[in-house]
Amino acid sequence: MPAPAAAGAAGAERAGRFARFWSANGAGYMFLAPWLIGFMVLTAGPALISLYLSLTDFDLLRPPNWVGTANYERIFTADAKFMASMRVTLFFVIFSVPLKLAFALAVAVALNRGIRGLPLYRAIFYLPSLLGTSVAIAVLWRQLFARDGLVNSFLATFGIEGPSWISHPDYALWTLIILSVWQFGSPMIIFLAGLRQIPTDMYEAASLDGASKSRQFWKITLPLLTPVIFFNAVVQTIESFKAFTPAFIISGGTGGPVNSTLFYTLYLYQEAFGFLRMGYASALAWILVVIIAAFTALSFLSSRYWVHYDD
Amino acid sequence: MATSVVLEKVEKHYGKVPVIHGIDLRIDPGEFAVFVGPSGCGKSTLLRMIAGLEEITGGALLLDDERMNEVPAAKRGIAMVFQSYALYPHMSVYKNLAFGLETAGLKKAEIEPRVRRAAQILRIEPLLDRKPKALSGGQRQRVAIGRAIVREPKIFLFDEPLSNLDAELRVQMRVEITTLHRDLGNTMIYVTHDQVEAMTMADKIVVLNGGNIEQVGAPLELYNHPVNRFVAGFIGSPKMNFLEGSVAAREPGTTVLKVGGEEVRLPRDIRAAAGDPVTLGVRPEHLTPDPGAGVRLVEARVDLIEHLGGETVLHARAPDGQSLTLSLDGQQKVAAGDLIPVCIDPERCHVFGADGLAL
Repeated sequence: MPAPAAAGAAGAERAGRFARFWSANGAGYMFLAPWLIGFMVLTAGPALISLYLSLTDFDLLRPPNWVGTANYERIFTADAKFMASMRVTLFFVIFSVPLKLAFALAVAVALNRGIRGLPLYRAIFYLPSLLGTSVAIAVLWRQLFARDGLVNSFLATFGIEGPSWISHPDYALWTLIILSVWQFGSPMIIFLAGLRQIPTDMYEAASLDGASKSRQFWKITLPLLTPVIFFNAVVQTIESFKAFTPAFIISGGTGGPVNSTLFYTLYLYQEAFGFLRMGYASALAWILVVIIAAFTALSFLSSRYWVHYDD
Repeated sequence: MATSVVLEKVEKHYGKVPVIHGIDLRIDPGEFAVFVGPSGCGKSTLLRMIAGLEEITGGALLLDDERMNEVPAAKRGIAMVFQSYALYPHMSVYKNLAFGLETAGLKKAEIEPRVRRAAQILRIEPLLDRKPKALSGGQRQRVAIGRAIVREPKIFLFDEPLSNLDAELRVQMRVEITTLHRDLGNTMIYVTHDQVEAMTMADKIVVLNGGNIEQVGAPLELYNHPVNRFVAGFIGSPKMNFLEGSVAAREPGTTVLKVGGEEVRLPRDIRAAAGDPVTLGVRPEHLTPDPGAGVRLVEARVDLIEHLGGETVLHARAPDGQSLTLSLDGQQKVAAGDLIPVCIDPERCHVFGADGLAL
């Protein structure tokens, strides 16, 4: 009986190939397994499910109903809040990221001058980054910028009567931007590490060439730091697009006043858990993913024109 | 117009730790001076003090008799080539060369011919548009030198510029830097730990050790008349042999040493009394297994042979355990384990006292 014999031989060969593969790579996959399982179950799986849900009218209470691209069509054609939240988020990203990076770089440059007690300062400056996204700090921020908060008490000593910063549509978003800039610790630490990578003899060569400190900064430090600036910019942009807690706490979950702090993620949250429109919220989430991916891709494309890699 | 460099009692302390101990030195205009010494001897620190990259803690630095201690690096008329080349990686070769001139506020029309001329001298014209990462080690080195040339400095400083290059390129660049010195005529100070570089390039060698100058002189003067055991051991490759012994007897015009159980008669007086311990120094190239060419010193057993083609280096051991290196012309038919006579020419021996000074 030649046919079953051939099938048996093919099966044995397959088993042999797998045994060889497993003996060569098995240990590696076993080590990878905890992360891989976690990624599949907790990240990739839910993400794919949400992609499916974005094409349904799922509301947690009833089984999802396939609606095709209806959610996406509504978002782009009939959802004023989507545009409002996108405007707020873009404004937040455009101002908070450069300001935070500039502030982080300024502090890193100051700390890089070989001052005493550097580890202590580093820890102190990093502290807001650890606390910054917590609810407690957002509550504290609310107190600081309230009508009778510390900021206005300070301004009052100069005879200035400050508004209620967090309940004024013109200023509320800026308090969130300031909170974000205050959390400069993480990019600052990375800048500091980047600054330390720049060889001292570059500066020595530049000083022999007669370059002043400021010329050294603009012509040597900044260009040589561009890979780190690029990294920080990408990470901070993604983080800023995803910002949620401060806006939620400061606006009491409303995104107010007048939608002025309605971050995209906050709007998404409202749709998902306020109105239980899970399908619609999933569509919003996927649009955010695409926007973040597009920004990141653009950053990478632009990097070839302004990021200088040594090798 | 070349510039003189004078160091007067120059000192350097890091906190309370002294690293340069009151150095006096004169480098004449147009001279090629080489600072040589082992790692940590202070040669690079001294160079950086001249450059203005390190503060001078004590003493004075004079360039053309003008005190420079307080003058910033950029105003000393000095250009420096770094060991790492220190090229700006984000700038093209042209920009690297032009940076100093742009910083000085020169106009493009003035910068371009100077950059082109330096590039022509160093044969790097085709590389002007490239970034440093696209250059080989030798090309980077040339760009680093070019960056020094365009500034038309009074003094060139080189801080171990060839140590990152392979052996062949090192020889080539050595010749090029020497030629450059001959063509430009500037004062040049060159730091190296490689005594071959020092011997082949220098008009004047400054041997440093532990923050002090051990000896200053022309290469052959240091080779022929080292003032102490350190210089004798540092200058010359393979290293000088040192054999422990003592003064057996002194007669007018002759000194008898007892070394390795044998007596060696030196045809000169030395400043030591009979019975004093001394060290006999003989360069490997001045030892021979040919009894007809010298006085027999010991019989040594060959441990290792290095055939270099044009010469043969023998590593041998005397009966009392002292090691000896012989550098012989041509290709020698010797095998490891052979017992060979080791003969010396008493005229070419060096004798050092217990304090290491030449006697």
